[in-house]
Amino acid sequence: MAAADAAHASLSGVTRVFPGTAGHPPVHALGPIDFELKRGEFFAVVGPSGCGKSTLLELIAGLQRPTEGTVAFEGRPVSGEVPDGIGVVFQEDASFPWLTVYDNAAFGVRQNGVAAEEVRRRVDDALAFMGLKDFARAYPAQLSGGMRQRVCIARTLVLQPHLILLDEPFGALDAQTRLLMGDEVLRLWRRTGATVLLITHALDEAAMLSDRIGAMSARPGRFMDIIETGWPRERDSTIVSEAAFGDITGRLWENLRGESLKSLGISDRAVE
Amino acid sequence: MTRVGWIRLVVIVAAIAALELACRAGFINPKVVIPPSEMASALVPLLASGQINDDIARTLGVVTLAAVLSVVFGFALGLLIHALPRVREALDPYFATYYAVPVFIFYPVMIAIFGFSPWPIVLIGFATAVVAMIIATLNGLDRVPRVLTKVARVHRLGTLATSLKLKLPAAAPYLFTGIKLSVSYAFVSVIAAEFILSSAGLGREIADAYNDFNNRRMYALILLLLVIASVVNSALHAWDIRWAKRRGITTA
Repeated sequence: MAAADAAHASLSGVTRVFPGTAGHPPVHALGPIDFELKRGEFFAVVGPSGCGKSTLLELIAGLQRPTEGTVAFEGRPVSGEVPDGIGVVFQEDASFPWLTVYDNAAFGVRQNGVAAEEVRRRVDDALAFMGLKDFARAYPAQLSGGMRQRVCIARTLVLQPHLILLDEPFGALDAQTRLLMGDEVLRLWRRTGATVLLITHALDEAAMLSDRIGAMSARPGRFMDIIETGWPRERDSTIVSEAAFGDITGRLWENLRGESLKSLGISDRAVE
Repeated sequence: MTRVGWIRLVVIVAAIAALELACRAGFINPKVVIPPSEMASALVPLLASGQINDDIARTLGVVTLAAVLSVVFGFALGLLIHALPRVREALDPYFATYYAVPVFIFYPVMIAIFGFSPWPIVLIGFATAVVAMIIATLNGLDRVPRVLTKVARVHRLGTLATSLKLKLPAAAPYLFTGIKLSVSYAFVSVIAAEFILSSAGLGREIADAYNDFNNRRMYALILLLLVIASVVNSALHAWDIRWAKRRGITTA
């Protein structure tokens, strides 16, 4: 397979500049970025607040258009529309409170005109996989925050995406739930064989889950370092006790400390 | 029944009992207000006689028409104005001060245009209620989480499908508040308009009874209106609570 074919998604020369509004100058949020996401990998993006992590995800998803450069998914350009085969899970609770868990999970696939029997099979399968089978008739308000996020993941899974984009999906959850949700996502990744791009501000989460981690600079966001973790495909949250885990988070923090201070408008010297 | 429900019931029963006692004991002149028990005993034969069936049907029909028109047009206008931020900015001060203008001042114009038909009353009901629905629609659409718009794009929903399948149900609790207000405003304004504009309807019947010094008939009709308004509003409230509970947004 040629190198170009191995790239599941790619960005070349991508920048994103938000136009200025009354009294405010334009904001150069991202780039230029050249980057390839390998088919089947688990890639995490970390970086200081406001560095453009979510913008990067939305560019790959087709939710935003780049100011310059091109984004491609499975060899085809992405241009302002979410391509088939991409699923997105957002940080905010995006479950629909007026629908049951079952109907939430079935929402996307029903839009695609899939036969009712196939919808039922896929939804039952996704709910069982996410541990929600017994809650199929419940409404999101009856579930915890972690379970509601699992409903959103189930809704994405039902679409059978090849690329799953996760925009800080555990940001609103407590630390223990986040670790357990991390295990769920690893299980999902192994089972579906999909490529996963995870945006996170948690260095430990990135180090635990990923094959590769991209560390971004303060705005305008660029990749300063891409770290290969070398974890086996069969892994779970127990790797947090391994020495290599500390090395990875240490290297990430070494990269990000100065950038995080920069994004807060504080100089290194002021901290010392 | 919940504890709150019991308190609610006790408040009503106590108020009725207090009025009954005050009338019976002579604290309130019975020529001015008759005891609630007499209002009820006057209402039962009035209803049984069928004398006011046409008036009930006419009033409820006009209220229903005014409320339905307000909800439908209010929602459609709310959607349109929400999609046009500059128009909204221009109209916001009018919405904010709308209820400072008594719509009734336009009744001579309405009569001049439509004559003594039910239409001036429907239009006064509509004009009173529609802005409440517009404001509720704008309020609801403002509160639709931005993430739902992104979800709609991920599922490649068009503008209409996004509005109907995501925005409408997401804004529904606020829209329902608009519906409740529209029904109440339509009810109040239709009854008031019947007092001065109509030759029929429950409002007209009350005005006639008042002019004839027929207290028993007047209070019986007032009681009937109170019961109808309470039943309609309680039904809407119960529906709202049931729906809101399911969505986890109730505090009751």
